Amino acid sequence: MINIIIEDRNGEQKPVEIPEEISLSLMEVLKASDYNILATCGGMALCATCHVQVLKGLNDLPEPGNEEMDMLDTLPDAGFDSRLACQIRMNENMEGMIFKIRGDEQ
Amino acid sequence: MISTDICIIGAGPVGLFAVFEAGLLKMRCHLIDTLPQVGGQLSEIYPHKPIYDIPGYPEIKAQDLIDRLMEQIAPFEPGFTLGERVESLEKQDDGSFIVGTNDGSKVHCQVVVIAGGLGCFEPRKPEIDGLLNFEGKGVEYMVKNPENFRDKRVILAGGGDSALDWTIFLSDIAERVTLIHRGDTFRGAPDSAEKVHELANKGKIDLILQSNLLSVSGNGKLKEVSFTGRDQIKKSIETDYLIPLFGLSPKLGPIAGWGLNIDKSAIQVDTFDYSTNVERIYAIGDINTYPGKLKLILCGFHEAALMVQSAFKYVYPDQKLSFKYTTVYGVNAF
Ligand SMILES: Cc1cc2nc3c(=O)[nH]c(=O)nc-3n(C[C@H](O)[C@H](O)[C@H](O)COP(=O)(O)OP(=O)(O)OC[C@H]3O[C@@H](n4cnc5c(N)ncnc54)[C@H](O)[C@@H]3O)c2cc1C
Ligand code: FES
Repeated sequence: MINIIIEDRNGEQKPVEIPEEISLSLMEVLKASDYNILATCGGMALCATCHVQVLKGLNDLPEPGNEEMDMLDTLPDAGFDSRLACQIRMNENMEGMIFKIRGDEQ
Repeated sequence: MISTDICIIGAGPVGLFAVFEAGLLKMRCHLIDTLPQVGGQLSEIYPHKPIYDIPGYPEIKAQDLIDRLMEQIAPFEPGFTLGERVESLEKQDDGSFIVGTNDGSKVHCQVVVIAGGLGCFEPRKPEIDGLLNFEGKGVEYMVKNPENFRDKRVILAGGGDSALDWTIFLSDIAERVTLIHRGDTFRGAPDSAEKVHELANKGKIDLILQSNLLSVSGNGKLKEVSFTGRDQIKKSIETDYLIPLFGLSPKLGPIAGWGLNIDKSAIQVDTFDYSTNVERIYAIGDINTYPGKLKLILCGFHEAALMVQSAFKYVYPDQKLSFKYTTVYGVNAF
Protein backbone atom coordinates (compact mmCIF):
# COMPACT_ATOMS: atom_id res chain seq x y z
CA MET A 1 0.00 0.00 0.00
CA ILE A 2 1.03 3.59 -0.69
CA ASN A 3 -0.19 6.02 1.96
CA ILE A 4 -0.62 9.66 1.09
CA ILE A 5 -2.52 12.51 2.70
CA ILE A 6 -5.02 14.69 0.89
CA GLU A 7 -6.05 18.10 2.14
CA ASP A 8 -9.40 19.29 0.79
CA ARG A 9 -10.35 22.89 -0.04
CA ASN A 10 -11.42 23.49 3.57
CA GLY A 11 -8.06 22.44 4.92
CA GLU A 12 -9.17 19.07 6.28
CA GLN A 13 -6.53 16.36 5.87
CA LYS A 14 -7.39 12.68 5.36
CA PRO A 15 -5.19 9.66 4.63
CA VAL A 16 -5.71 7.81 1.35
CA GLU A 17 -4.41 4.28 0.72
CA ILE A 18 -3.58 3.08 -2.76
CA PRO A 19 -2.60 -0.49 -3.68
CA GLU A 20 0.90 -0.54 -5.15
CA GLU A 21 0.08 -2.61 -8.21
CA ILE A 22 -2.50 -0.10 -9.48
CA SER A 23 -1.19 2.18 -12.18
CA LEU A 24 -3.22 5.33 -11.63
CA SER A 25 -2.53 9.01 -11.74
CA LEU A 26 -3.09 11.09 -8.62
CA MET A 27 -6.07 12.68 -10.42
CA GLU A 28 -7.67 9.24 -10.85
CA VAL A 29 -7.00 8.43 -7.21
CA LEU A 30 -8.71 11.68 -6.14
CA LYS A 31 -11.73 10.91 -8.32
CA ALA A 32 -11.89 7.32 -7.07
CA SER A 33 -11.76 8.64 -3.49
CA ASP A 34 -14.78 10.87 -4.25
CA TYR A 35 -12.96 14.17 -4.07
CA ASN A 36 -14.80 16.86 -6.00
CA ILE A 37 -12.50 17.76 -8.88
CA LEU A 38 -13.48 18.55 -12.44
CA ALA A 39 -10.61 16.98 -14.41
CA THR A 40 -12.41 18.15 -17.54
CA CYS A 41 -9.85 16.82 -20.01
CA GLY A 42 -9.64 13.39 -18.47
CA GLY A 43 -5.94 13.59 -17.71
CA MET A 44 -4.37 15.03 -20.84
CA ALA A 45 -2.76 18.10 -19.24
CA LEU A 46 -5.18 20.26 -21.22
CA CYS A 47 -7.49 21.80 -18.64
CA ALA A 48 -5.56 22.45 -15.39
CA THR A 49 -8.69 21.68 -13.35
CA CYS A 50 -6.76 18.94 -11.48
CA HIS A 51 -4.41 21.49 -9.91
CA VAL A 52 -2.85 20.38 -6.59
CA GLN A 53 -0.33 21.97 -4.30
CA VAL A 54 2.37 19.62 -3.01
CA LEU A 55 2.64 20.35 0.72
CA LYS A 56 5.17 17.58 1.32
CA GLY A 57 7.36 15.66 -1.10
CA LEU A 58 7.69 18.15 -3.95
CA ASN A 59 11.36 17.43 -4.59
CA ASP A 60 10.86 13.67 -4.71
CA LEU A 61 8.39 13.87 -7.59
CA PRO A 62 9.60 13.61 -11.19
CA GLU A 63 9.98 17.08 -12.78
CA PRO A 64 6.90 18.36 -14.61
CA GLY A 65 7.01 18.07 -18.39
CA ASN A 66 6.59 20.95 -20.79
CA GLU A 67 2.88 20.39 -21.34
CA GLU A 68 2.27 20.43 -17.61
CA MET A 69 4.34 23.58 -17.08
CA ASP A 70 2.55 25.25 -19.94
CA MET A 71 -0.85 24.48 -18.42
CA LEU A 72 0.24 25.59 -14.93
CA ASP A 73 1.17 28.93 -16.46
CA THR A 74 -2.47 29.51 -17.28
CA LEU A 75 -3.55 29.33 -13.61
CA PRO A 76 -3.89 32.56 -11.63
CA ASP A 77 -3.21 30.85 -8.31
CA ALA A 78 -0.37 28.49 -9.18
CA GLY A 79 2.75 28.59 -7.02
CA PHE A 80 6.20 26.97 -7.20
CA ASP A 81 4.72 23.91 -5.48
CA SER A 82 1.81 23.52 -7.91
CA ARG A 83 1.36 20.39 -10.02
CA LEU A 84 -1.31 18.80 -12.19
CA ALA A 85 -2.58 15.68 -10.43
CA CYS A 86 -3.19 13.90 -13.73
CA GLN A 87 0.51 14.09 -14.59
CA ILE A 88 1.62 12.42 -11.36
CA ARG A 89 1.74 8.60 -11.57
CA MET A 90 1.32 6.84 -8.25
CA ASN A 91 4.36 4.90 -7.06
CA GLU A 92 6.05 3.79 -3.81
CA ASN A 93 8.26 6.89 -3.68
CA MET A 94 5.16 8.89 -2.89
CA GLU A 95 4.69 7.32 0.56
CA GLY A 96 3.87 10.04 3.07
CA MET A 97 3.42 12.86 0.58
CA ILE A 98 0.78 15.52 1.25
CA PHE A 99 -1.30 17.13 -1.50
CA LYS A 100 -3.77 20.00 -1.26
CA ILE A 101 -6.61 20.18 -3.78
CA ARG A 102 -6.71 23.53 -5.56
CA GLY A 103 -8.45 22.89 -8.90
CA ASP A 104 -11.96 23.89 -9.96
CA GLU A 105 -14.87 22.09 -8.34
CA GLN A 106 -17.41 20.08 -10.27
CA MET B 1 -35.68 40.01 -32.04
CA ILE B 2 -34.54 36.86 -33.83
CA SER B 3 -37.30 34.36 -34.55
CA THR B 4 -36.72 30.65 -35.11
CA ASP B 5 -38.22 27.22 -34.46
CA ILE B 6 -35.57 25.84 -32.12
CA CYS B 7 -33.09 27.84 -30.06
CA ILE B 8 -30.04 25.74 -29.23
CA ILE B 9 -27.97 26.83 -26.23
CA GLY B 10 -24.40 25.71 -26.87
CA ALA B 11 -22.65 25.29 -30.22
CA GLY B 12 -20.57 22.23 -29.33
CA PRO B 13 -20.65 19.14 -31.55
CA VAL B 14 -24.00 18.03 -30.17
CA GLY B 15 -25.71 21.40 -30.61
CA LEU B 16 -24.35 21.58 -34.16
CA PHE B 17 -25.56 18.12 -35.12
CA ALA B 18 -28.99 18.89 -33.69
CA VAL B 19 -29.30 21.51 -36.45
CA PHE B 20 -28.94 18.76 -39.02
CA GLU B 21 -31.49 16.47 -37.43
CA ALA B 22 -33.92 19.37 -37.00
CA GLY B 23 -33.32 20.46 -40.60
CA LEU B 24 -34.38 17.07 -41.91
CA LEU B 25 -37.74 17.73 -40.25
CA LYS B 26 -37.86 21.27 -41.68
CA MET B 27 -37.27 22.96 -38.36
CA ARG B 28 -35.01 26.01 -38.31
CA CYS B 29 -32.41 26.56 -35.59
CA HIS B 30 -30.52 29.40 -33.98
CA LEU B 31 -27.45 28.64 -31.85
CA ILE B 32 -26.03 30.74 -29.01
CA ASP B 33 -22.64 30.20 -27.37
CA THR B 34 -20.52 32.18 -24.90
CA LEU B 35 -17.39 31.30 -26.79
CA PRO B 36 -16.43 33.43 -29.78
CA GLN B 37 -16.16 30.28 -31.92
CA VAL B 38 -18.28 27.16 -32.46
CA GLY B 39 -17.13 23.66 -31.45
CA GLY B 40 -17.48 23.61 -27.65
CA GLN B 41 -14.84 21.55 -25.84
CA LEU B 42 -13.38 20.28 -29.10
CA SER B 43 -12.37 23.71 -30.38
CA GLU B 44 -11.61 25.22 -26.98
CA ILE B 45 -9.75 22.43 -25.18
CA TYR B 46 -8.39 19.95 -27.72
CA PRO B 47 -8.63 21.18 -31.33
CA HIS B 48 -5.51 19.30 -32.47
CA LYS B 49 -6.12 16.00 -30.66
CA PRO B 50 -7.25 12.99 -32.68
CA ILE B 51 -10.57 11.35 -31.76
CA TYR B 52 -10.91 7.63 -32.49
CA ASP B 53 -14.51 6.81 -31.65
CA ILE B 54 -16.54 8.73 -34.21
CA PRO B 55 -18.35 6.16 -36.35
CA GLY B 56 -16.93 6.07 -39.87
CA TYR B 57 -13.76 7.95 -38.93
CA PRO B 58 -10.95 5.69 -37.70
CA GLU B 59 -9.25 8.93 -36.66
CA ILE B 60 -10.27 12.56 -36.94
CA LYS B 61 -8.85 15.72 -35.35
CA ALA B 62 -11.31 17.48 -33.07
CA GLN B 63 -11.31 20.71 -35.07
CA ASP B 64 -11.74 18.78 -38.33
CA LEU B 65 -14.84 17.11 -36.92
CA ILE B 66 -16.28 20.52 -36.07
CA ASP B 67 -15.45 21.81 -39.58
CA ARG B 68 -17.21 18.78 -41.10
CA LEU B 69 -20.25 19.33 -38.91
CA MET B 70 -20.42 22.98 -40.02
CA GLU B 71 -20.32 21.80 -43.62
CA GLN B 72 -22.99 19.19 -42.97
CA ILE B 73 -25.43 21.67 -41.41
CA ALA B 74 -24.80 24.54 -43.85
CA PRO B 75 -27.79 23.63 -46.08
CA PHE B 76 -30.08 24.34 -43.13
CA GLU B 77 -28.75 27.88 -42.68
CA PRO B 78 -28.58 27.99 -38.88
CA GLY B 79 -28.26 31.37 -37.20
CA PHE B 80 -25.45 32.03 -34.73
CA THR B 81 -25.05 34.39 -31.81
CA LEU B 82 -21.51 33.87 -30.55
CA GLY B 83 -19.67 35.45 -27.63
CA GLU B 84 -22.90 35.83 -25.64
CA ARG B 85 -24.12 33.90 -22.64
CA VAL B 86 -27.74 32.84 -22.34
CA GLU B 87 -29.06 34.27 -19.09
CA SER B 88 -32.82 33.95 -19.23
CA LEU B 89 -35.67 31.82 -20.56
CA GLU B 90 -39.07 33.48 -20.53
CA LYS B 91 -42.15 31.40 -21.19
CA GLN B 92 -44.80 33.14 -23.32
CA ASP B 93 -48.57 32.69 -23.02
CA ASP B 94 -48.71 30.56 -26.16
CA GLY B 95 -46.09 28.18 -24.75
CA SER B 96 -43.21 29.52 -26.83
CA PHE B 97 -40.03 30.93 -25.26
CA ILE B 98 -37.92 34.05 -25.45
CA VAL B 99 -34.27 33.30 -24.82
CA GLY B 100 -32.19 36.28 -23.63
CA THR B 101 -28.43 36.81 -23.49
CA ASN B 102 -26.14 38.93 -21.33
CA ASP B 103 -25.66 41.28 -24.29
CA GLY B 104 -29.38 41.85 -24.72
CA SER B 105 -29.96 39.58 -27.75
CA LYS B 106 -33.37 37.93 -27.78
CA VAL B 107 -34.46 34.82 -29.65
CA HIS B 108 -38.11 33.83 -29.92
CA CYS B 109 -38.57 30.08 -30.41
CA GLN B 110 -41.06 27.22 -30.04
CA VAL B 111 -38.55 24.86 -28.46
CA VAL B 112 -35.41 25.32 -26.36
CA VAL B 113 -32.63 22.76 -26.64
CA ILE B 114 -29.90 22.97 -24.02
CA ALA B 115 -26.68 21.52 -25.43
CA GLY B 116 -24.54 23.32 -22.89
CA GLY B 117 -21.89 20.63 -22.34
CA LEU B 118 -20.02 21.19 -19.09
CA GLY B 119 -21.49 24.68 -18.87
CA CYS B 120 -20.31 28.09 -20.01
CA PHE B 121 -16.63 28.44 -20.55
CA GLU B 122 -15.76 31.33 -18.29
CA PRO B 123 -12.47 33.04 -17.65
CA ARG B 124 -10.58 32.04 -14.51
CA LYS B 125 -10.42 35.02 -12.22
CA PRO B 126 -7.41 35.67 -10.01
CA GLU B 127 -8.37 36.03 -6.35
CA ILE B 128 -7.18 39.57 -5.75
CA ASP B 129 -8.66 42.39 -3.74
CA GLY B 130 -11.15 44.62 -5.49
CA LEU B 131 -11.16 42.78 -8.82
CA LEU B 132 -14.90 42.19 -9.05
CA ASN B 133 -15.66 45.87 -8.35
CA PHE B 134 -13.92 46.91 -11.54
CA GLU B 135 -15.28 44.34 -13.98
CA GLY B 136 -16.37 46.28 -17.05
CA LYS B 137 -14.80 49.40 -15.51
CA GLY B 138 -11.28 48.67 -16.60
CA VAL B 139 -11.03 44.95 -15.83
CA GLU B 140 -11.68 42.77 -18.90
CA TYR B 141 -11.19 39.03 -19.25
CA MET B 142 -11.32 38.90 -23.02
CA VAL B 143 -10.18 41.13 -25.82
CA LYS B 144 -13.37 41.37 -27.84
CA ASN B 145 -12.61 44.56 -29.70
CA PRO B 146 -8.92 45.56 -29.72
CA GLU B 147 -9.84 49.09 -30.82
CA ASN B 148 -11.18 49.75 -27.31
CA PHE B 149 -7.59 49.74 -26.13
CA ARG B 150 -6.24 52.22 -28.66
CA ASP B 151 -3.95 54.78 -27.00
CA LYS B 152 -4.78 53.38 -23.53
CA ARG B 153 -2.50 52.00 -20.85
CA VAL B 154 -3.05 48.24 -20.63
CA ILE B 155 -1.74 45.68 -18.15
CA LEU B 156 -2.02 42.02 -19.12
CA ALA B 157 -1.48 39.21 -16.61
CA GLY B 158 -0.78 35.57 -17.38
CA GLY B 159 1.83 33.42 -19.06
CA GLY B 160 -0.06 31.25 -21.54
CA ASP B 161 -0.37 31.62 -25.28
CA SER B 162 -3.25 34.07 -25.21
CA ALA B 163 -1.39 36.41 -22.81
CA LEU B 164 1.60 36.38 -25.15
CA ASP B 165 -0.43 36.81 -28.32
CA TRP B 166 -2.45 39.73 -26.99
CA THR B 167 0.63 41.42 -25.58
CA ILE B 168 2.18 41.36 -29.04
CA PHE B 169 -1.01 42.46 -30.76
CA LEU B 170 -1.87 45.28 -28.36
CA SER B 171 1.70 46.63 -28.34
CA ASP B 172 0.91 48.26 -31.68
CA ILE B 173 -2.40 49.72 -30.59
CA ALA B 174 -2.20 50.69 -26.93
CA GLU B 175 -0.26 53.62 -25.53
CA ARG B 176 1.62 51.30 -23.18
CA VAL B 177 1.45 47.55 -22.63
CA THR B 178 2.70 45.83 -19.49
CA LEU B 179 2.77 42.05 -19.11
CA ILE B 180 2.91 40.61 -15.60
CA HIS B 181 3.82 36.93 -15.33
CA ARG B 182 4.27 34.65 -12.35
CA GLY B 183 7.17 32.66 -13.82
CA ASP B 184 10.50 33.73 -15.21
CA THR B 185 10.07 31.98 -18.55
CA PHE B 186 7.21 31.37 -20.96
CA ARG B 187 6.42 27.88 -22.10
CA GLY B 188 3.83 28.85 -24.66
CA ALA B 189 4.58 28.98 -28.37
CA PRO B 190 8.35 29.71 -28.55
CA ASP B 191 7.90 32.24 -31.40
CA SER B 192 5.52 34.36 -29.36
CA ALA B 193 7.71 34.15 -26.25
CA GLU B 194 10.72 35.31 -28.25
CA LYS B 195 8.75 38.18 -29.76
CA VAL B 196 7.60 39.34 -26.31
CA HIS B 197 11.19 39.36 -25.02
CA GLU B 198 12.27 41.25 -28.10
CA LEU B 199 9.56 43.91 -27.61
CA ALA B 200 10.64 44.26 -23.98
CA ASN B 201 14.31 44.62 -24.92
CA LYS B 202 13.43 47.35 -27.39
CA GLY B 203 11.49 49.14 -24.67
CA LYS B 204 8.20 48.82 -26.56
CA ILE B 205 6.50 46.99 -23.69
CA ASP B 206 7.17 46.48 -19.98
CA LEU B 207 7.72 42.89 -18.99
CA ILE B 208 7.42 42.15 -15.28
CA LEU B 209 8.41 38.58 -14.44
CA GLN B 210 8.24 36.53 -11.23
CA SER B 211 5.42 38.70 -9.97
CA ASN B 212 1.86 38.16 -8.82
CA LEU B 213 -1.11 40.50 -8.91
CA LEU B 214 -2.05 41.76 -5.46
CA SER B 215 -4.90 44.23 -5.75
CA VAL B 216 -6.66 46.75 -7.94
CA SER B 217 -7.99 50.15 -6.96
CA GLY B 218 -9.66 53.20 -8.44
CA ASN B 219 -12.61 55.48 -8.06
CA GLY B 220 -15.54 54.01 -9.95
CA LYS B 221 -13.05 53.22 -12.69
CA LEU B 222 -9.81 51.26 -12.53
CA LYS B 223 -6.80 53.46 -11.77
CA GLU B 224 -4.06 51.35 -10.30
CA VAL B 225 -2.85 47.76 -10.23
CA SER B 226 -0.56 46.50 -7.48
CA PHE B 227 1.67 43.46 -7.53
CA THR B 228 4.55 41.89 -5.64
CA GLY B 229 7.70 40.26 -6.90
CA ARG B 230 10.07 37.83 -5.23
CA ASP B 231 11.13 40.58 -2.81
CA GLN B 232 7.51 40.74 -1.53
CA ILE B 233 7.59 44.54 -1.83
CA LYS B 234 4.32 46.01 -3.10
CA LYS B 235 4.62 48.02 -6.30
CA SER B 236 1.85 49.81 -8.19
CA ILE B 237 1.28 50.95 -11.75
CA GLU B 238 -1.34 53.40 -13.01
CA THR B 239 -3.40 51.99 -15.83
CA ASP B 240 -6.64 52.24 -17.80
CA TYR B 241 -7.14 48.50 -18.26
CA LEU B 242 -6.22 45.22 -16.61
CA ILE B 243 -6.70 42.06 -18.68
CA PRO B 244 -6.11 38.88 -16.63
CA LEU B 245 -5.74 36.00 -19.12
CA PHE B 246 -5.68 32.74 -17.20
CA GLY B 247 -7.55 30.36 -19.42
CA LEU B 248 -11.17 29.26 -19.31
CA SER B 249 -12.97 26.83 -17.07
CA PRO B 250 -16.54 25.54 -17.54
CA LYS B 251 -19.21 26.60 -15.03
CA LEU B 252 -22.85 25.48 -15.10
CA GLY B 253 -23.79 29.14 -14.78
CA PRO B 254 -27.29 30.49 -15.45
CA ILE B 255 -28.70 27.06 -16.43
CA ALA B 256 -28.89 26.23 -12.72
CA GLY B 257 -31.62 28.84 -12.21
CA TRP B 258 -34.17 27.79 -14.84
CA GLY B 259 -36.30 25.47 -12.71
CA LEU B 260 -34.90 22.30 -14.27
CA ASN B 261 -34.18 19.16 -12.27
CA ILE B 262 -30.43 19.21 -11.75
CA ASP B 263 -28.31 16.36 -10.45
CA LYS B 264 -24.58 17.05 -9.88
CA SER B 265 -24.36 19.90 -12.39
CA ALA B 266 -26.29 17.97 -15.06
CA ILE B 267 -29.92 18.22 -16.21
CA GLN B 268 -32.10 15.17 -15.62
CA VAL B 269 -33.91 14.01 -18.76
CA ASP B 270 -36.33 11.33 -19.88
CA THR B 271 -34.48 8.99 -22.25
CA PHE B 272 -37.64 8.58 -24.32
CA ASP B 273 -37.01 11.95 -25.98
CA TYR B 274 -34.40 13.76 -23.83
CA SER B 275 -37.04 16.14 -22.53
CA THR B 276 -36.56 17.90 -19.21
CA ASN B 277 -39.16 18.43 -16.50
CA VAL B 278 -40.20 21.67 -18.24
CA GLU B 279 -42.33 21.27 -21.36
CA ARG B 280 -40.64 22.34 -24.62
CA ILE B 281 -37.17 22.32 -23.05
CA TYR B 282 -34.84 19.48 -24.01
CA ALA B 283 -31.27 18.76 -22.90
CA ILE B 284 -28.76 16.80 -25.00
CA GLY B 285 -25.04 16.02 -24.90
CA ASP B 286 -22.74 16.35 -21.89
CA ILE B 287 -25.17 18.61 -20.03
CA ASN B 288 -27.80 15.91 -19.42
CA THR B 289 -27.86 12.90 -17.15
CA TYR B 290 -29.85 9.66 -17.00
CA PRO B 291 -29.10 6.14 -15.82
CA GLY B 292 -26.17 4.85 -17.87
CA LYS B 293 -25.22 8.24 -19.31
CA LEU B 294 -21.85 8.40 -21.06
CA LYS B 295 -20.32 11.76 -21.94
CA LEU B 296 -19.44 10.86 -25.51
CA ILE B 297 -19.94 12.74 -28.74
CA LEU B 298 -21.67 9.83 -30.42
CA CYS B 299 -24.15 9.50 -27.56
CA GLY B 300 -24.97 13.19 -27.93
CA PHE B 301 -25.62 12.70 -31.65
CA HIS B 302 -28.06 9.89 -30.89
CA GLU B 303 -29.82 12.05 -28.31
CA ALA B 304 -30.19 14.84 -30.90
CA ALA B 305 -31.87 12.49 -33.36
CA LEU B 306 -34.47 11.30 -30.85
CA MET B 307 -35.03 14.78 -29.44
CA VAL B 308 -36.13 16.34 -32.75
CA GLN B 309 -38.76 13.64 -33.28
CA SER B 310 -40.41 14.83 -30.08
CA ALA B 311 -39.83 18.57 -30.58
CA PHE B 312 -41.61 18.41 -33.97
CA LYS B 313 -45.07 18.51 -32.38
CA TYR B 314 -44.43 21.96 -30.91
CA VAL B 315 -43.21 23.44 -34.19
CA TYR B 316 -45.82 21.75 -36.44
CA PRO B 317 -48.75 20.96 -34.13
CA ASP B 318 -51.05 20.10 -37.05
CA GLN B 319 -48.72 17.79 -38.95
CA LYS B 320 -48.06 14.13 -38.56
CA LEU B 321 -44.43 13.15 -38.48
CA SER B 322 -43.35 10.38 -40.82
CA PHE B 323 -39.90 8.88 -40.56
CA LYS B 324 -37.72 9.17 -43.67
CA TYR B 325 -34.22 8.01 -44.57
CA THR B 326 -31.80 10.60 -45.97
CA THR B 327 -30.91 8.05 -48.66
CA VAL B 328 -34.50 8.15 -49.87
CA TYR B 329 -35.32 11.83 -49.53
CA GLY B 330 -31.89 13.40 -49.59
CA VAL B 331 -31.07 16.59 -47.73
CA ASN B 332 -33.50 19.29 -48.77
CA ALA B 333 -31.82 22.61 -48.12
CA PHE B 334 -33.87 25.57 -46.90
C1 LIG C 1 -9.55 16.37 -23.73
C2 LIG C 1 -10.87 15.72 -24.06
C3 LIG C 1 -10.88 14.60 -24.86
C4 LIG C 1 -12.10 14.00 -25.22
N1 LIG C 1 -12.08 12.91 -26.04
C5 LIG C 1 -13.27 12.38 -26.48
C6 LIG C 1 -13.29 11.26 -27.38
O1 LIG C 1 -12.24 10.73 -27.78
N2 LIG C 1 -14.51 10.78 -27.81
C7 LIG C 1 -15.69 11.34 -27.38
O2 LIG C 1 -16.75 10.89 -27.82
N3 LIG C 1 -15.69 12.39 -26.50
C8 LIG C 1 -14.52 12.91 -26.04
N4 LIG C 1 -14.53 13.95 -25.14
C9 LIG C 1 -15.84 14.45 -24.66
C10 LIG C 1 -16.49 15.35 -25.71
O3 LIG C 1 -15.64 16.45 -25.97
C11 LIG C 1 -17.82 15.83 -25.18
O4 LIG C 1 -18.67 14.71 -24.99
C12 LIG C 1 -18.49 16.80 -26.16
O5 LIG C 1 -17.73 17.96 -26.30
C13 LIG C 1 -19.90 17.14 -25.70
O6 LIG C 1 -20.45 18.02 -26.64
P1 LIG C 1 -21.60 19.03 -26.25
O7 LIG C 1 -21.97 19.69 -27.54
O8 LIG C 1 -22.62 18.34 -25.45
O9 LIG C 1 -20.92 20.07 -25.24
P2 LIG C 1 -19.63 21.03 -25.34
O10 LIG C 1 -18.67 20.57 -26.34
O11 LIG C 1 -19.16 21.17 -23.94
O12 LIG C 1 -20.24 22.43 -25.81
C14 LIG C 1 -21.16 23.10 -25.00
C15 LIG C 1 -21.14 24.57 -25.32
O13 LIG C 1 -22.23 25.21 -24.65
C16 LIG C 1 -21.82 26.50 -24.27
N5 LIG C 1 -22.70 26.97 -23.20
C17 LIG C 1 -22.98 26.37 -22.01
N6 LIG C 1 -23.85 27.10 -21.30
C18 LIG C 1 -24.13 28.21 -22.04
C19 LIG C 1 -24.95 29.36 -21.84
N7 LIG C 1 -25.67 29.54 -20.72
N8 LIG C 1 -24.96 30.31 -22.81
C20 LIG C 1 -24.22 30.17 -23.95
N9 LIG C 1 -23.44 29.09 -24.19
C21 LIG C 1 -23.39 28.13 -23.24
C22 LIG C 1 -20.38 26.32 -23.86
O14 LIG C 1 -19.68 27.53 -23.93
C23 LIG C 1 -19.88 25.28 -24.87
O15 LIG C 1 -19.25 25.86 -25.97
C24 LIG C 1 -13.33 14.55 -24.76
C25 LIG C 1 -13.31 15.69 -23.95
C26 LIG C 1 -12.10 16.28 -23.60
C27 LIG C 1 -12.12 17.53 -22.77
S1 FES D 1 -7.27 16.49 -15.80
FE1 FES D 1 -7.05 18.09 -17.22
S2 FES D 1 -5.10 18.83 -16.81
FE2 FES D 1 -5.28 17.20 -15.43
